[in-house]
Amino acid sequence: MKTRSALLLGSLSAALAAFALTSPRVIAADKVDPVADAKAFQNFFFQKFPEVKHEDFVNGPYSMNADMKRQWQEKEEFPPYEFALDAGKEMFATPFKNGKTYADCFPNGGVGIRQNYPYFDEKEGKVVTLELALNRCREANGEQPYSYVKDEMASLTAYMAFTSRGKPMEIRIPDDPRALAAFENGKRYFYTRRGQMNFSCASCHVQSPGERIRAEVLAPALGILNAMPIYRSEWSGMGTISRRFVTCNSQTRAVPLEPQSDEYRDVEYFLSYVANGLPISGPGARP
Amino acid sequence: MKRSLPLAMLLALSLAPAARAANEADYKAAYATAEAASKEAAGLRNQWTTTVATLAAARKAADGGDFDRATASAREAEALAKASIFQATTEKDAWKAMEIR
Repeated sequence: MKTRSALLLGSLSAALAAFALTSPRVIAADKVDPVADAKAFQNFFFQKFPEVKHEDFVNGPYSMNADMKRQWQEKEEFPPYEFALDAGKEMFATPFKNGKTYADCFPNGGVGIRQNYPYFDEKEGKVVTLELALNRCREANGEQPYSYVKDEMASLTAYMAFTSRGKPMEIRIPDDPRALAAFENGKRYFYTRRGQMNFSCASCHVQSPGERIRAEVLAPALGILNAMPIYRSEWSGMGTISRRFVTCNSQTRAVPLEPQSDEYRDVEYFLSYVANGLPISGPGARP
Repeated sequence: MKRSLPLAMLLALSLAPAARAANEADYKAAYATAEAASKEAAGLRNQWTTTVATLAAARKAADGGDFDRATASAREAEALAKASIFQATTEKDAWKAMEIR
């Protein structure tokens, strides 16, 4: 009897010890750690493409293909987004009917602030993107919001990105469980397969950057939003971040979500945060 | 023996369920099932464009009175919707396998 009790006690102690040793690891794996995530994300690309300069990842497919890069550098002398840039500058300076301007809605008059968007609004408990902030500014001043996928929004964000060119992306995640949850939700969205094609964002932009998908060379996920908005030859026009997400979903045969839905805002937060330190290069031009 | 074989075949054929054309009731039942699955997929934020398009094709065929085609499209839409539900359910955890760590 004594032997049996001793055996039972011994087994229990061993089981407890094993649990104590393994459980912290399980918890650590599930803990939201944006700093570690960003480091791992950047290292993955730096190691996968050791010949690409770190700041060059923001140039998307051009960082992956020398021929395309040469063509793009020549195109940059007369960039196709120039009209949008001029239009955006004019729109930005034009007062609303109440006499105020966009500058009144943003820190530093809206100049050189693109690298801080999106940010987590602790009052609202949600991520606020630059596109959303621009429309909120319009509505607060009695104007109709712009479509998130059309030219006006692209022009405004093109101008704001241009005033931040070269500044390193600087997204903050406050010490707020809701901000961490938003980051985690964005990460989940980025890696989740969807649509009949069973593709996630990562299927193209993590697993296959530099590879061709039909005629296009896929851009790396690292720094992919630093170049937004973009002029796409395929679209014959400018495209916002919202338009980019909507199009990506459609291409995988998934019904896109509504622009500025929580999922899109959160995935923008995740992708921007993991690109911290890389320069803003928008507005960009893509094939 | 020679006479009993054709008779047996005739009997077997008469008992076999004949393939019949789908009618409006078949289409409506198939469409309702497909639509319910499609709504469930949309609720999971994982609707497929092909489900929506195939449901639309079913409606179009039914409007033209082609209930065979309409029923077939509705059943295809149901299969697509169910696949998208399966995808959304499995991806709740499966996405972690893709994560860069």
